[in-house]
Amino acid sequence: MAVGIIGYGTYIPRYRIRVEEIAKVWGMDAENYKRGLMLRQKSVPAPDQDVITMSVEAARKALRRAGIDGSEIGSVYIGSESHPYAVKPSGTVVAEALGATPEVHCADFEFACKAGTEAMFVGYSEVKAGTVRYALAIGADTSQGAPGDALEFSAAAGAAAYLFGAEGVAVEVLQAYSFMTDTPDFWRREHQHYPRHGGRFTGAPAYFRHATGAALRILEMTGKRPEDFRYVVFHQPNGKFPVTVAERLGFTREQYETGLLAPTLGNTYSGASPMGLAAILDEAGVGDLILMVSFGSGAGSDAFVLRTTERLLEIRDKAKRTRDQLDKNQRYIDYATYAKFRGKIRKR
Amino acid sequence: MFSAKIWRESPQRYRLEAAKCLGCGKVFFPPRLVCLGCRGREFEKRFLPWRGRVLTFTVIHTAPTPFVDMAPYCIAIVEVEEGVRLTCQLVDVDLEAVEIGMEVELEFRRIQSNQSDGVLCYGYKAVPGGGE
Ligand SMILES: [Zn+2]
Repeated sequence: MAVGIIGYGTYIPRYRIRVEEIAKVWGMDAENYKRGLMLRQKSVPAPDQDVITMSVEAARKALRRAGIDGSEIGSVYIGSESHPYAVKPSGTVVAEALGATPEVHCADFEFACKAGTEAMFVGYSEVKAGTVRYALAIGADTSQGAPGDALEFSAAAGAAAYLFGAEGVAVEVLQAYSFMTDTPDFWRREHQHYPRHGGRFTGAPAYFRHATGAALRILEMTGKRPEDFRYVVFHQPNGKFPVTVAERLGFTREQYETGLLAPTLGNTYSGASPMGLAAILDEAGVGDLILMVSFGSGAGSDAFVLRTTERLLEIRDKAKRTRDQLDKNQRYIDYATYAKFRGKIRKR
Repeated sequence: MFSAKIWRESPQRYRLEAAKCLGCGKVFFPPRLVCLGCRGREFEKRFLPWRGRVLTFTVIHTAPTPFVDMAPYCIAIVEVEEGVRLTCQLVDVDLEAVEIGMEVELEFRRIQSNQSDGVLCYGYKAVPGGGE
């Protein structure tokens, strides 16, 4: 029995801030970040948006594409490192808004930037095990970097939602695999407003080791080589890391550029590789192989080998595409407005 | 806002649940116990569409406390289907660009967001229509 994605959707806020605007305030060299990290701008959530609101919007698109009713959803999993509440699940609000309550299993996941693929991993596994008919998995974040920190250039907002099922499968999951160690490259302690990171330590021993490890092993498990894939998408904390890891593994620009959103979106953390996958599904043909590899600090990577079916062509025009949300109707703001929107100005 | 009030209103705020009178077919949002058209008391639940058009609007400059940080902002009356209207903020828009008759979509947003320790109130707001 084929199990896989039966519906998907994304949400990107309309506000954007350019790298130049942030660099100007902190006396940094914008060209350096644009060239070095391949970042031009990032999305900014409006003051009335958070992980819950973006998750609802992304999930509604997924339901519309799948053509099922919210009440049919058996589980709701939301992966994020910026859940609005410290105590109280995001998933209850989202499930209620979708009409999935009360007969639904729900949990919020956390694992830095890979919480979204973690939700996908569990949702897929539940459908495969026959525990639920449909599982909803969401990756969403409105992450923040400390003012003046390099992270401020990339920490962005967005959400991707995936519905898993065994009927009407648009994208089959051929293999799922997880690669994880304890690696303290990035963290945030309780009551701290901004995360801290290990600077260059976030590269080789963290991102590259885990993304590479997950990719190589899942290729081995499925007996595939890079050239067998039409598309590949990696976690994208900036525009540079995913390109570096893809090319090291032998993938080409044609394979990774469709899912590479970071240069104009920024890093949407738990939403990052799932949103890249959505951009791929908006374009893919029938029978295309896709490799997806996430990364979450802490650290680990989830990998999926996916294959599109004819059903994808029937569902994808039922909701707004990811690139359309990214490239149209943007509203550019200055740093002062950004600081107000993101609560970086203390009023009392 | 009290958490009980937020909870009580969530079917309308979260899902746009309206009531259609089984006697005369009139749709009420929020739902009513007695139909204003035919005095009927039997209704069926229905969900309003998440799009509509601006019937009229105003711009708030002097906002009540929970919304002070958002001012100036637009409040619009949106007709979502024949005769069914709701009142909400119109956001992600240049205030000068708002027009009567403009197409809007409704999005799920935080309605009140300026308390740091309260229950978060979510619901619908209008945004300029993109045609989905
Ligand atoms: Zn009536």
